[in-house]
Amino acid sequence: MGSRILIVDDEPNIVTSLEFLMRRSGHETAVARDGDEALAAVASFRPDLVLLDVALPHRDGFEVCQQLRADGWDALKILMLTAKGREVEVAKGLAVGADAYVTKPFSTRELVEAVTNLLAADR
Amino acid sequence: MTPGPRRFAAVLAALAGYVLAGVGLLGLGVYAGVDRETQDALAGALRSQAAFLVFGVGLLVAGLGVLVWRFLAVYVTPLRRLAADTRLIVTTNPGHRLDVARPRDLAALGAAVNELASRYQTARGVADARSAADRAELEEDRDRLAALMSDLAVGVLVCNLDGRILLHNAAARELLGAAGRSWVGLGRSIFGVLDRELIAHAVERIHGGADSVQTAAVAGADRLLRVRVAPVRGSGGYVLTLEDMTRRAEAGQRRDTALRALSEGTRAPLAAIRAAIENILDYPDMAPDERERFAEIIREETHRLSAHVERTIADSAGYLTDRWQLEDVRGADLLAAVARGVRSGGEVEASVTEPVTELWLEAETHRIAQAVADLVGRLGVARVALSVSPAGGHGALDLRWPDGHVDGKPEDTVRGWSAEARVAELLARHDGEAWAATDATGPYVRVLLRRSRAEPVTARAAATPTTSRPEFYDFDLFRVTAPGAWDARPLSDLAYTVFDTETTGLAPSEGDEIISIGAARIINGRLLHQELYEQLVDPGRSVPAASQRIHGITPAMLAGQPPIGDVLPDLARFADGSVLLGHNVAFDLKFLALKEAATGVRFDQPVLDTLLLSPVAHPDHQDHSLEAIAARLGVNILGRHTALGDALLTGEIFLRLIPVLAERGIVTLGQAREAARRTQQARIRY
Repeated sequence: MGSRILIVDDEPNIVTSLEFLMRRSGHETAVARDGDEALAAVASFRPDLVLLDVALPHRDGFEVCQQLRADGWDALKILMLTAKGREVEVAKGLAVGADAYVTKPFSTRELVEAVTNLLAADR
Repeated sequence: MTPGPRRFAAVLAALAGYVLAGVGLLGLGVYAGVDRETQDALAGALRSQAAFLVFGVGLLVAGLGVLVWRFLAVYVTPLRRLAADTRLIVTTNPGHRLDVARPRDLAALGAAVNELASRYQTARGVADARSAADRAELEEDRDRLAALMSDLAVGVLVCNLDGRILLHNAAARELLGAAGRSWVGLGRSIFGVLDRELIAHAVERIHGGADSVQTAAVAGADRLLRVRVAPVRGSGGYVLTLEDMTRRAEAGQRRDTALRALSEGTRAPLAAIRAAIENILDYPDMAPDERERFAEIIREETHRLSAHVERTIADSAGYLTDRWQLEDVRGADLLAAVARGVRSGGEVEASVTEPVTELWLEAETHRIAQAVADLVGRLGVARVALSVSPAGGHGALDLRWPDGHVDGKPEDTVRGWSAEARVAELLARHDGEAWAATDATGPYVRVLLRRSRAEPVTARAAATPTTSRPEFYDFDLFRVTAPGAWDARPLSDLAYTVFDTETTGLAPSEGDEIISIGAARIINGRLLHQELYEQLVDPGRSVPAASQRIHGITPAMLAGQPPIGDVLPDLARFADGSVLLGHNVAFDLKFLALKEAATGVRFDQPVLDTLLLSPVAHPDHQDHSLEAIAARLGVNILGRHTALGDALLTGEIFLRLIPVLAERGIVTLGQAREAARRTQQARIRY
C-alpha cells in the first residue's frame, strides 16, 4: 500500500538513496531542499510522511516541524533525520512535534521499518 | 622671634598698673603728711606741670614696655619653644636637638636637655634594636610567606566581609589589572575589579555551608578567569583564587568545535555511503545504471569523508587535551538562583517547585540565572513557575506561566534568545538546548543543561594563619567595617590618598594646567610603596621655562601623554573610598575643581592638609613648609618637586603628625578637620 513521502534534505547524495529506498518500498516521493521549500511542498504534495533533515538552509528542521504542527498538520508523520547525534537535540526534536528521530548514519532497513511503523500506526 | 601681642599687652598693663599704684600711694602718703599750705602748693605745682606728669608716666610705661618685651622675647618665648621641642624629642623625633644660644641660663638648660636627649636616644636605640631583633624573626616568616605568595602563578586575594582586600599577590594584581593599571590594593574593594553579583552569589553559597564555590568571571575586556571562593574560618572573610582560563577556555571551545565537526561532519557522508551500500546489497535486482550511480556516490562521499577528517585533525591539533570545568551545582540551588535573578527585576513573581530527587548539574549558576531571567523578561509573563527535573544525561529547567498570558509566541522568543551569541555560547558550553513547546499540562519553556558526572567533592579551603604584616597584606583590616561616619573614626584607622600635582604655574583660573600627578595610599597607618600612582599629563598649552626649572618637566616629556580629562577618572578611582591628603592641598584642589564641569569627576571625600595640621601640632614654630616640617619630624627628604616624591613626603609627615596631634587631644578625623579649619581662619586673619 503506497504512501506519499516528502524527503527534505540539502545533500543530493543522501536524497538519491532515500528516494530509491522509498520508491522500492512502494511509496511515491517528492523532494525539498530547504525549509521554505518543505513548507510549500507539504501544502502542494500533501504527503503522509516527511523525512526531515535538521540542518537545512534558511529555516532549520526544528522550526519547519514546529511550523507544520502550528499550521494544523496534526496527522502528518514527521521523521527527523540529523547528523547531530546529541541527546539534547533528540529531546528537542520530539518536543517540537516530531514522531521519530533517526541519527545519521542510519541502517536503511531500520529506516524503512521506522517509516512503515509510523504509517501503520495511523491505520 | 616675637611674643604674642595679647600676652605682651596683658603683662605690660599689669606691671604699669602696679608701678603707678605704688607711685600714687607714695604721693598720697607724702601729700597727707605735710601741712595745708604745702598741700596747696603741691596741688598747684601738679596742676601747672600736668604735662610733665603725663610725660613722666608715659616714659615710665614705655620703659616698662621695653623691659617686658625683652623679657618675653629673651626668656618666655624661648622657654616655650624649648618645652615644645623637648616634647617633640620625646614623642616623635629623638634625633631632634634644641638650639638655644642666649640667654646663658637657658642655653645651659638647653644643653642639659640635649644631653638628656642624647642618652634617651641611645637608650631607645638599644631597646629598639632588641625589639627589632624580635621583629626580624617574625618578619622572616612574613617575608617567606610573601615570597611564596608572589611566586604563585595562581592569583590569591583575601577579603573581609565587606569585600575589602586584605591580601593580594602579584599574580592577582596582574590578572585583574586593566590596561596596564591594577586596582587591586590593600583596603580597596574587590567589587571594583570583579562583578559584585558574582561574588555576592558565591559568598552567599559559602555562608549557606558550601566549602568552596567555583565560578567563572570576566576581567577587563576579554579575560576569562576561573574564580574559586572559600571562607576564612571564623572571620566572615573569604579567599579568592584566580586562574586565567582565557587560553584554556579558548582551547576548550576549539576542542568542542573540533569534536562537533568530527562527529557531525562525518555523519552526513557516512549516512550517504551506508545507505548506498545497503541499497546495492539489499536490492541486487537494481538496474546497472542505478548500481553505477550508487557506486559513484560511495566513491565521492569516501573522498569527502577522508578530506574532512584530515582537515579537522589538522585544525584542532593541540587543543584536544584540556578540559574546561564548570561548577557543580545542586538543582535546587540553581532554581533558587534563577528565581532570585527573575525577582531582581522586580516585575515578575517567581515560584519554585523543589526537585523530588537530588539532582546535580554542571553549570555556571550565576550566568545561567542571568540568562534565564533575561528570557523570562522577554516572555513578558507576570508569574513564572520554575522546576527542575532529570532528563537522561541532562537536567531540564522548566518555566511555566500559570496565568496563561505571554507576550508573542514563546517559540519565537526562545529562538531569538538562544540565537544571541552570548546565550548560544553559554548553552554550547553547557551542552544545552532550549525550546518552547506545549505538553499535556500546557505551554512551557525548557532549558536543558548537562548533569554532573559524579557527585562533586569540594576541597576544604586552607586559611592562612598569620598575624604579621608585610606590605602585601593586612589582616587588621578584617575588623574594619564599611566607611561612613568618617568624622567619628580615629585618624590612625582611616584610608588616605595622599597626592600632589606639578603645574605650569600658580594661577589655575588664568589658564595654568596640571602636568603631573603623583599619589600614594595610606592604609592602617602605613604608607604603601607598592600602590603608587604617577602620571604625566598633556596640559594642552606651553610649559613656561620658569616652572620647568622647578619641576624639571619639559614639553617633550609631555608629548603623547593623556589629557587631564582622561587622567582624572583614573585618579578618582585610585582615591575612591579614602580621605584626600596633601600639603597646601587647597592649591591642588583648585585645579581639580576647575576641571569638574568638563570631566564630570568630583572629589567629594573629606580632605586634610598638612599645611594646616602642622601649626596645630607645633604652634610655636613659624615655618610650616614641607622641608621645615620634615626636618622637625625627622623625615628624610628625597625626590622633592616631583609630584610623587612630594606626595610620599607628605604622607610620611602626616603619619608622624598623628601621635603629636593625639597628644593635643586631636584623635578623630572630625577633630582634625575642625582644628585645621581654625588654623585656616587664623591664617586668613593675619
